[in-house]
Amino acid sequence: MKQNWFYRKSSIKKLYISALIILGVVLFVEYFIILHPHFSIEKIFGFHAVFGFLSCIVLIIFAKLLGFLVKRKDDYYDM
Amino acid sequence: MTCSLFHPGLLLIFSGLLIPFIHGFKRTLFILIIPCLSLLSLWSMPFGSDCSIQYLDYELILINLDSLSRLFITVFAITVFTVGLFCCKQASSTELSAAYIYAGGAMSVVLAGDLISLFIFWELMALASTLVIWSAQNEKSYKAGMRYISIHLLGGVILMCGIAGYVYETNSIAFTHMQLNSISTWLILCGFLLNAGAPPLTAWLADAYPEASYSGTVFLSAFTTKTAVYVLLRGFPGTELLIYIGLFMIFYGIIYALLENDIRRILAYSIINQVGFMVCGIGIGTEMALNGTAAHAFTHIIYKALLLMSAGSVLYMTGKRKCTELGGLVQSMPLTAICGIVGALAISSFPLTSGFISKSMITQASIDEHVLWIWLLLQIASAGVFLHAGIKFPWFVFFQKDSGLRPTDPPINMKISMVFFAVICILIGIFPNILYNILPYNVNYQPYTVAHTITQLQLLLFSGLAFFIMLPLMKRTLTISLDFDWFYRHLAPILAKIVVNYLLNAQQLVNKFLISLKSSLSFDDKLDYQLSIGKSVGLIIFFFSILLLCFVVL
Repeated sequence: MKQNWFYRKSSIKKLYISALIILGVVLFVEYFIILHPHFSIEKIFGFHAVFGFLSCIVLIIFAKLLGFLVKRKDDYYDM
Repeated sequence: MTCSLFHPGLLLIFSGLLIPFIHGFKRTLFILIIPCLSLLSLWSMPFGSDCSIQYLDYELILINLDSLSRLFITVFAITVFTVGLFCCKQASSTELSAAYIYAGGAMSVVLAGDLISLFIFWELMALASTLVIWSAQNEKSYKAGMRYISIHLLGGVILMCGIAGYVYETNSIAFTHMQLNSISTWLILCGFLLNAGAPPLTAWLADAYPEASYSGTVFLSAFTTKTAVYVLLRGFPGTELLIYIGLFMIFYGIIYALLENDIRRILAYSIINQVGFMVCGIGIGTEMALNGTAAHAFTHIIYKALLLMSAGSVLYMTGKRKCTELGGLVQSMPLTAICGIVGALAISSFPLTSGFISKSMITQASIDEHVLWIWLLLQIASAGVFLHAGIKFPWFVFFQKDSGLRPTDPPINMKISMVFFAVICILIGIFPNILYNILPYNVNYQPYTVAHTITQLQLLLFSGLAFFIMLPLMKRTLTISLDFDWFYRHLAPILAKIVVNYLLNAQQLVNKFLISLKSSLSFDDKLDYQLSIGKSVGLIIFFFSILLLCFVVL
């Protein structure tokens, strides 16, 4: 059976490349438009991109650490 | 009773009672027409009060319509119609009947002009929603429903105490803006917040909702938390405390959703997260924030129902509900995948979807108030929403490693309802004025500025990048996460066992003492008789005296 488009090696490569292009465009388009920063912290170039990226990393790591404390086997309450 | 208008909530409640007696195609027709009728009657009503009933010394007002209540009832009616269509062929009559009464209760709460009728319908919702959970008819749902109703009855008692105190203090049963200056208004606030899923009792939602049937969960997601948002909007706008509670809920929802393996539980946690945004908006309390909250409630009900319908279709077709068992479903369920992705983009407030035009109003309110830290936290939260609901849900269900499952898309009625909601999500996203025109205050806000669109895209897309970079850390495991419900599901039974053991031991000591008394005195026959009765009566008296003692100590 022919593999689904999403699972073909060639299309995964295409997806990676287009994702990188989109990320690049969204970031560097900032040079060409006037942002209207509400807070001075927003004046840093690529603030939203970096801020979004970093906060997600922090959230994932925090969740992982909390997981050590609160994760149990999924039949925990059935025992 | 004077009632010149057709009450849209009562209409749903009564038709809910009729559903079990209608079968087949007639039932489908019936459950589709009723919400349309209630929507029609709603939009033909003038603003103001109507339908008053004399009850004891009070005059209850069943209909108090303004633009805020009209907004909520509109979205409730649309949801009942669509979810009704979603499950019209497959769902049991019990579930549909309970769901319609539940939805009617929610509408009646929203329309209620006084605290007493609000309370009555509030409790009706609690009962009917428990029946919706039980309609799944398995042991897990039975137990989850029991825990759910216990928590809600507790909330009901707290609310009732608050209302009684409030009526006593103010001599008025009108439901208006309240100040947190007495214990009764605090109790009312607690009762409201409990239904919103606020801390510390947050766990009921993610515990109970995913145990309902594939369609029951969709009904449940729409009404309880959103009526709570509505009453908070009406009763406590601008209460600063709500900002902190809302922020807690936002991050609690994200973190727990990130840890979760059950797809519908991920979405349940994200309800708390989204309601957190609304509660936070109510706390900020400016016209922009309140408009944003109302708009967000509207859009949220629709995209959350869409997400849960797509998760429900997966459950219906595969019988599986865990990330670890699913994956690769885009290959055989393309339409469900597309609808799920539209919902996921909307909840992440991607430009051109409904979430973008509603959530930005709440963020804008924090900008207008010049509070940097709230704004920063809301931005982190927006990124986090994309992480836990926007990518995690579609990725683990429809993509990731192929699970080998090849279910087809669900039956036609389920497909139509999903597509309908997906279209609404995008339509509102492209033409925000459809929604802005029916908000409670005038909207002076333009979501689609170039700067706003680009910064939002930057925030979201780079969050997506973070997801895929951290993917090894996101590996799904067959686990659950302990939550506040651990206290009543695990700790309380253990404590209860210990206490009962102690009491039984103490009772045995008393018995021994009585027997020794009996042998030292020689009243054999009479005492024997008294002891045999005494065992059960004595136990009751013993427990009762301990209860009394606790009462005195407290």
